[in-house]
Amino acid sequence: MSAAEATTTVPRTSAARLPLAIAAFLAATLFVLGLDQFINALTLGAIYALIALGYTMVYGIIELINFAHGDVYMASTFVAMFTIQTLLGRSGAIESIPELVIALVIVFAVTASLMGLAGVVIERFAYRPLRRAPRLAPLITAIGVSFIIQNIIQFAFGPTIVSVPQIIPISWSFMVGESRVPILNLFVVAAALILMAVLQLFIARTRTGRAMRTTAMDRDASALMGVDINKTIMLTFLIGSALAGAAGVVHVLYYGNTQFGLGFQSGLKAFTAAVLGGIGNTAGAALGGFLIAFVEVGASAFGYGRWGGGIVFTLLVIFLVFRPTGLLGSSTGDRA
Amino acid sequence: MMARISARFDPSRAFFARHRSLGILVGVSVLGILLPLITRIPPFDGIQSTNAWVNAFTTATIYAVLAIGLNVVVGFAGLLDLGYAAFFALGGYTYALVASPFSGLAFPFWPMLIAGAIVGAIFGVLLGAPTLRLRGDYLAIVTLGFGEIVPITLLNADKFTNGTNGLGGIDKPSIPGILQFTLTNPWPMYVLVLLIFAAIAMIVFRLEDSRVGRTWDAIREDELAAESAGINTVIAKLQAFAVGASIAGIIGVVNAAKITIVAPDQFRFIVSISTLAAVVLGGMGNTIGVATGAFVIYLFQSILLKQLNTLVENFSIPILSEIDFLDFQYVLYGIVLVVMMLRRPQGIFPARRRKRTFDDQKRSE
Repeated sequence: MSAAEATTTVPRTSAARLPLAIAAFLAATLFVLGLDQFINALTLGAIYALIALGYTMVYGIIELINFAHGDVYMASTFVAMFTIQTLLGRSGAIESIPELVIALVIVFAVTASLMGLAGVVIERFAYRPLRRAPRLAPLITAIGVSFIIQNIIQFAFGPTIVSVPQIIPISWSFMVGESRVPILNLFVVAAALILMAVLQLFIARTRTGRAMRTTAMDRDASALMGVDINKTIMLTFLIGSALAGAAGVVHVLYYGNTQFGLGFQSGLKAFTAAVLGGIGNTAGAALGGFLIAFVEVGASAFGYGRWGGGIVFTLLVIFLVFRPTGLLGSSTGDRA
Repeated sequence: MMARISARFDPSRAFFARHRSLGILVGVSVLGILLPLITRIPPFDGIQSTNAWVNAFTTATIYAVLAIGLNVVVGFAGLLDLGYAAFFALGGYTYALVASPFSGLAFPFWPMLIAGAIVGAIFGVLLGAPTLRLRGDYLAIVTLGFGEIVPITLLNADKFTNGTNGLGGIDKPSIPGILQFTLTNPWPMYVLVLLIFAAIAMIVFRLEDSRVGRTWDAIREDELAAESAGINTVIAKLQAFAVGASIAGIIGVVNAAKITIVAPDQFRFIVSISTLAAVVLGGMGNTIGVATGAFVIYLFQSILLKQLNTLVENFSIPILSEIDFLDFQYVLYGIVLVVMMLRRPQGIFPARRRKRTFDDQKRSE
């Protein structure tokens, strides 16, 4: 098996068609689902997209399906809860805007940095020793790590759904025609889009971003060119996990609750999103995240909510079999 | 080394090395008699009645068979199947649908063993045919998805499966005119499960040494090289998948007949993971090793952890009595997977052939 040839940039051929396709897709779903459901799907999609980025970045660089990633996301919701309730001492909505901004900055900073650190620790102790082992080994370890995280959280916070104070007031909203658009949803989508844009710029424009891309293409050659491979891989885990952390904060803000089993389902869906978009491709992961959310919300809008998970996995299987390169394509896929 | 030397001088070992199927039969019979006897002596007799012990051994053996089946897929062919419980579920539902009050049918148990195997194999091939072309880790995800889809379907297709409540009152096996299996007498089921275990272990041992088994070895070690050597890798992988799935199907039928109820919640991801943990613990590729792993893991969680609970409750130790030690089993699986992979990837009982692989790797590093 040669080293990864994954690119983390959008392939040139689809770059021009992509915005058009997305616009057409959004218009169609808006028409089918109606504004309320459309906003729901967009918000859910933002969360999936943020998680999917972590999967796709890690897969792009070391070709490992990081099963623990969904649980890092789950753990981050609890870190966010802890930060809101204990560090900030909040138990309800924050009505004053300056206070809210400060609180949000603190929650995002604390959660993202702690989760980033967790990602680095997991990589260092669970995955790095197995980098040259048979492919099955790190995969099995990843499943083990996922289970350990899940149960640490279960011990600490119990198996039931825990409610978390929603610090962005739900009452803040404006009307578009008949539908009420909460500021909260807008904030969630905007935050996700900004993070994704920053990530895209980071990977495309900075020296470190270039190191990540070359490492994904050919690890040995990059090492010969003076790239510190271990540092680059560590950084990938740091960023991916921090993004999962951000997704966790968004989840808590939006849903106002969390549970220890959250990571498994969300992780699987986010992974599906990454595959859908073309694994190894960050723009694709974002696109896939929104797509999955639309499929899921669409299914429940038409009364098939209980089948939502099943539909998503069926989609995953269909994509893996017929188009393993995903929608946006990436050279990693053809060796799938 | 010691084992190899003693094998040369110990005539009984040499005999069983040549007649392995007979060896399995003897081993299973000896253990099958010894285990219930051991439970009669202290401290084991204080934990639960002999019947309860025998019941626990039966379930542990069912898990051991599951582990043997998963080992064909993971250990022999090197394909990570994370949805193995799905085939177990399909076997169980196959029997439940034709032998429970829900459908009103009352098919006999014995032919359903074969039906379970066939259903398992069919679904194994259905899932495998399109997906086995994928690379290993994608296959893991697809099987994981399949493992989710099956319980979701069983849960939601309540017209056919009775949804959450599952299918209860499943017929127990009987030998007409001679023996009717009952819930109160665990012994016939115990013997039946041991016999099935022995039969499947014999078949798997023979498969391992057959042409197919060697093909699996080749694919696991280097798929590209195997393909260049003229092996049709997709067919060989399908065979592994089908064999693994049909073993799960058979034991699914037995499991349904034993506990007389099947419900979607019995076949969650955790079942696949605990079976995988057993395979990893016992040593991927070693049939007896993985069976031992499963047996030990099951007894550990169902007896030892439960005992810890009652012990702590009895002494009313303040903080500890708040903890349900049964919850620890999940952490346990996680730790087993991580620690084994990092420290002893070949498992506690390394398979002969796999051991060489890991040695080679060490040398090349």
